[in-house]
Amino acid sequence: MDLSAINPTLLVASLMVASTPILLAAIGELVVEKSGILNLGVEGMMIIGAICGFAAAVVTGSPMIGFLCAAIGGASVSLIFAVLTQYFLSNQVASGLALTLFGLGLSAMIGQSYVGIKPPTTYKLALPLISDIPILGPILFSHDFTVYAALVLVFGVWWFLKYTRGGLILRAVGESHDAAHALGYKVVRVRIMAIMFGGACAGLGGAALSLVRVPQWTEGMTAGSGWIALAIVVFASWKPERVLLGAYLFGGVAILQLNLQAAGVSIPVEYLSMSPYLITIVVLVAMSANRAKSALNAPAALGRVFHASR
Amino acid sequence: MSQTLLQIDGLTKSYPGVTANDNVSFKIKSGEIHALLGENGAGKSTLVKMIYGLVRPDKGNMKLDDESFKPLEPRAARASGIAMVFQHFSLFEALSVAENIALGMENPPKSSTLSIRITEVSLTYGLPLDPERLVGDLSAGERQRVEIIRCLLQEPKLLIMDEPTSVLTPQEVTTLFTTLKKLKSEGTSILYISHKLEEIRTLCETATILRNGKKVATCDPRQKSARELAEMMVGGTLNSAKPKKLKLGKVVLEAAGLSLPPQSAFGTSLKNISFQLHQGEILGIGGVAGNGQDELLACLSGEVLTTPNKILFNSNPMGHMTPNERRALGVLAAPEERLGHAAAPDMDLIENSMLTAMVRKNLSNAGFLNWQRAKAFTQTIIDEFDVRTPGPQSIARSLSGGNLQKYVIGREVLQDPDVLIVNQPTWGVDAAAAAAIRQSLLDLVGKGAAIIVISQDLDELMEISTRFSALNNGKLSVAQPMAKFSLDEIGLLLGGADA
Amino acid sequence: MLRLEKRPSPSRTWAYLAPVLAVIATMIGGGVMFALLGKDPFEAIRIIFYDPLFSEFAWYYRPQLLIKGAPLILIAIGLSMGFRAGIWNIGAEGQYIIGALFGAGFALALYPTESPFIFPSMIVLGALGGFLWAMIPALLKTKFGTNEILVSLMLVYVAEQLLASMSLGLMKNPEGFGFPGSRNLQQYASAHNAEIWVGSGVHMGVVFALMAVVFAYVLLARHQLGFHIRLTGESPKAARFEGINPNRLVIFCLGSSGALAGLAGMFEIAGPSGQVNIAFNSGYGFTAIIVAFLGRLNPFGIFLAGLLMALTYIGGEIAQSSLGLPAASIQAFQGMLLFFLLAVDLLTNFKIRWAKAEVTL
Repeated sequence: MDLSAINPTLLVASLMVASTPILLAAIGELVVEKSGILNLGVEGMMIIGAICGFAAAVVTGSPMIGFLCAAIGGASVSLIFAVLTQYFLSNQVASGLALTLFGLGLSAMIGQSYVGIKPPTTYKLALPLISDIPILGPILFSHDFTVYAALVLVFGVWWFLKYTRGGLILRAVGESHDAAHALGYKVVRVRIMAIMFGGACAGLGGAALSLVRVPQWTEGMTAGSGWIALAIVVFASWKPERVLLGAYLFGGVAILQLNLQAAGVSIPVEYLSMSPYLITIVVLVAMSANRAKSALNAPAALGRVFHASR
Repeated sequence: MSQTLLQIDGLTKSYPGVTANDNVSFKIKSGEIHALLGENGAGKSTLVKMIYGLVRPDKGNMKLDDESFKPLEPRAARASGIAMVFQHFSLFEALSVAENIALGMENPPKSSTLSIRITEVSLTYGLPLDPERLVGDLSAGERQRVEIIRCLLQEPKLLIMDEPTSVLTPQEVTTLFTTLKKLKSEGTSILYISHKLEEIRTLCETATILRNGKKVATCDPRQKSARELAEMMVGGTLNSAKPKKLKLGKVVLEAAGLSLPPQSAFGTSLKNISFQLHQGEILGIGGVAGNGQDELLACLSGEVLTTPNKILFNSNPMGHMTPNERRALGVLAAPEERLGHAAAPDMDLIENSMLTAMVRKNLSNAGFLNWQRAKAFTQTIIDEFDVRTPGPQSIARSLSGGNLQKYVIGREVLQDPDVLIVNQPTWGVDAAAAAAIRQSLLDLVGKGAAIIVISQDLDELMEISTRFSALNNGKLSVAQPMAKFSLDEIGLLLGGADA
Repeated sequence: MLRLEKRPSPSRTWAYLAPVLAVIATMIGGGVMFALLGKDPFEAIRIIFYDPLFSEFAWYYRPQLLIKGAPLILIAIGLSMGFRAGIWNIGAEGQYIIGALFGAGFALALYPTESPFIFPSMIVLGALGGFLWAMIPALLKTKFGTNEILVSLMLVYVAEQLLASMSLGLMKNPEGFGFPGSRNLQQYASAHNAEIWVGSGVHMGVVFALMAVVFAYVLLARHQLGFHIRLTGESPKAARFEGINPNRLVIFCLGSSGALAGLAGMFEIAGPSGQVNIAFNSGYGFTAIIVAFLGRLNPFGIFLAGLLMALTYIGGEIAQSSLGLPAASIQAFQGMLLFFLLAVDLLTNFKIRWAKAEVTL
C-alpha cells in the first residue's frame, strides 16, 4: 500500500471531471423540484442523453453536435413524463420510475450497434503557460469544456432563481400551485418548461459520461448516477450553490475510492464501490434529522398533483 | 350626484344541474360601498367571478364607465381597474411580502422601488407592513393587508372584497373599515361580499341581496334591521335554537396548565391552558382562526399526546391516551376540516363511520371488521340527521358541505359521548342545516353530556353557550357565564385583553 | 377545447378497462418502436405475446410463466400495501438479494448435510434477510424522517456489491475451478427449491405467491390493519384523527414488503437460478413496481399483472435470441406499458368534456 502514490492535485482535477455528469443532472433536477415536481426518471433521461450524444457524435464526428443531441434526447423523453403528470394527472413516483425503465431499455436498443466504438475527442482547454502552473493549472485551467459549462450553468441557475421574474414565478409555482394559478400564472406551462430543462441537463450529464468521462458506450453505464443526482438535490436543501458542493463531494468519493484501489489499499473492491451509496444515506439522514431548517427549503408543493379545473 | 361605475344587466350563468346566477341586474356607483349579501350557494361568488373575468356569463352584459365591459381573464379586469381580495388568500408563505406583491402585479417595478412604494401605501392607509418579512410569519390580519396593498398599488376603481372579516378580530375590523372609508372618500368603489349583517349595516350604504341565484332586492341596509335582511336572504322566518339553562353538574373534563410548542413552522403554541368542563354545559370557545383552535382540538382528541395529567377525564389523567382510548372512555371530537380530516374524501360513508365509531359501536372483532354493522349505523345517521345523499355507499366528497357536516356531527352524537368537542360546527353550512346541528348539540347536553364548541361565529356562541371563553394566541381566558358578556367585551378578549 | 371534470365517484367500467387498453396500446407502441429499429413489428409482437403461450415450444414456456411470475407477484403484493399507504419501497431489488444471500448462505454453510429442516429454515431466513434490509429505511424514516425512496434505492446498489463480494469471496465454491459463484443449490437436495410437479413450473415460491394474494385480499378488505393502510394512503390527516400510529404502519409496510421480497429472492436462488453469482438479480424488484401499478394495487389484479409481465419477460428472451435484440430492450416495453396505464387511468377518475374556451377557477 503506497498512499504517496496519490497526487492531491490530480485528485482534485479528476474529481471535478468525475462530478460533472452528476452535477449537470442534479442542477437540472433542482429546477424541476423547485417548480414542485419530483422526477424520479433522472436515470432514464441521463442514459438516453448518453446514447443520443454518443451516437450523434460518432455519426457526425462532432462532439458538440453530440451534446446538442443529448440535450434534445433528454428533453424529449422528459416530455413523456411531463405530459403524464401535468395533463394526465398521473402519480409522479410511478411516472418517474416508468421513465427510468423506459430510458434504460430504449437506450440499450439504440446503443446496440455502438458498443466498442471510440467517440471523437472533446475539446480540452490548453492555455499556453497558464495551464502549466503547478496545482492551479490542472485544477482550474486544463479542463474539458464540459466542466466549465457545468459551472456556468450552476451560476446561471442561481442567478435565475434569485434575481429574475421568471425565477420568482418558478419558486411561487413550487410553493403553492393553487395560489399561483389564482394569480393567473400558467402553472402547467412553467412546470413543463422546468421538466424539459431538467431533461436536457440530465441528457447533457449522460453525454458527459459517454463522451468525456469514460468515454465509451455500455448498456446501463449510468450505474445509478441519476439516483445520486436526486439525493444531491435534497442534500443541497434545494440551493444551487450547495448542489455544486454535493456533486463534488460525491464525485470525490468515487475518485478517492479508485485512487485508493490503485494505491493498493487492501479493502475489497466491492466495499469501496459501496461507499458513495452509503455516504449518500448518511447525508440524507443528517439532512432529515436537522428537520426544521431543511424542511423550510423544500418547495411546499413538491410532489403534489395540480388540477386546475374543478 | 355620483355616477354609475359598473352596471350589471341580466347576468346569467348556469352549470350542469344548477343555475348559479339568474338574470341579475344592479348598479354600483363610484365612491359607493355596495354590499353583496346572500347565503352560501346564493350565487355571490359566481357573480363576482364574472366581474373579475374568471368566468364568462352565458347571457347578459356589463358596462364599466358606460363602456361595454367583457373581461376575458383577470388580467383584463385588472387592466380596467378592478381589483379583488379573495376570501382564501393567494399568498406564498416562504416568500417575502415584497415578492408576494410583485407576483400579484403585471409589471412590478424594481424590488427596491417596490419596497418603498409598499411602505408608503401601507402607512397612508393605516395598514403597516414590513416588505421583507416572510408571509408565513404573518398573522391572518396582516396577510390580508398584503392582499389589500397588492390591490391598492394598482389604483383600482372598484375593489371587490370577499368575506374580508372572517379572519379578523373586532379591532382589526375597525381598522379595515377606516381604510375602506378612506378609499371611498377618494372615489374608489367597493363591492363588499359578506353574510355578516351587523357589519354591513355599519359600513355599507347600498346592499344587493341574492337568493338561489336571483336578485331579491337592492336596498339601504342602514334602513333595515338585521332580522329583515336575514329574512330576505333566507326567504322565510328563521328558527333560532332555544338553549336550555341547566345547573352545572360535576366536572367531566379538565385541562390543567396545558402547554404545547408549535407543531409546525407556522403553527401556534398553546400557553398554559386551563378550563373545567361541567356535565350538562356547553363551553363556547371563541377566537379568530389561527389562534390555536386546531392545536387545542388535537390535544383534546388525542392526535397530539401530552403529559398524562394535563388533561383529566373524570379526574383521571388522559393526556397520554390515543384517540381510540379516549373514544372508549366517551370523549369524542369533530375537527374543523370536514373533508380531509374529519372524513376521508374518497372513502364512502360506511368506511368513514368505521373511522371513529369502531370502538364505541363494536365494529371490530379481534381485528376483523364488521361492515354490516357499520352500514346499519351509517344508515341510522343518515336517517336521524337528514343527510341528503343517495345512500351510505356515497363517497364523502360527493356530499354538499352542509350534508357532510350533518353526517360528521351525527356520527359523533349518535355514539352517546360523555364529552364532545367540535371545532367550527356550522361554518360554510346553510342556515337550515346549521340550525339543525345546533339543536342536536343542545339536545345532547340536555341528556347530560358536556360539549366544547370552538367557533369563530360569535352569534352562534352567544346563542348556545352556557359559559364562554376566548382563545387568543394560544391563551385561554377564564370562562364566564355567557350572559355576562357584551359583544365589545368579547371583541376585546379575542384581541387579547385580560378579562 | 378539452376539459377534465372530476367524476363524483370513480368509474368501475374504466377501472377494469384501463389495463386492457394499456396492453393494447403497448402492443401498438412497441410495434412502432421495433419497426423504427428495423425489426418486423408484427413478428416482434407475436414473439413476445403469442409464442410463449401457443407456439410449438409453448409446453416449455408456459411453466416459465409461473416461474417468472411468482417472484413478481410475491414482491408486488408486499409493495402494493406500502404504496397504498403512501410508503414507497423502491428498494425491493436489494431486499430480494439480501433474502437470497441469507437463505443461500445458510444452506452453503451446512453443506453437505441433508435434513428436512434445512429448507424450512431457509424460508424463514430469506424472509428475515429481506425484512432486516427493509428495516434500514424503515427505522431511518421513523426516527429521522428520512425519505425512504432514496434510502431503499441506495441500498439496492449496496446489496449488489454485497452479492458480488459474496460470490467472489465468502460464498465462492471451493470446488469451482476458480470460477466466480457459489455451489449450485439445485444439486443440493435439502436446499433445492424443486418443482412440486415436474414440468409444471410450480415450486414453493408459486405456492407462497398464491397464499400471499389471498392473504392480502383478506387483510385489505376485512381487517383493521388493511383499513388503516387504505386510510393512511387516502387521507393522512383523517388517519391521524382515527389514531393510526404512522410509525407502526411504516414498519409494517416496509417490513412485510421486505420480507416478501426476501422470500422471493430465496426461492429464486434455491430454485430456478441456483447459484450465488453476480448475475443473479434480474430486476424483479423494479419490475414488481410496475406489476403493482398495473394490477392497480389490488391483490387479484397483481396476480394477473404478474403473469402478464412474466409473459413479456419470456417473450423478451425469445426476441433476444431470434431477433437479436439486447436483453434490456424489454424494459423499454415494460416502461411503455406503465406509461400507457397511467395515461388511461385518468379516465377512471375524470370525464373528458368538450367545452367552449373558458377560464375557470
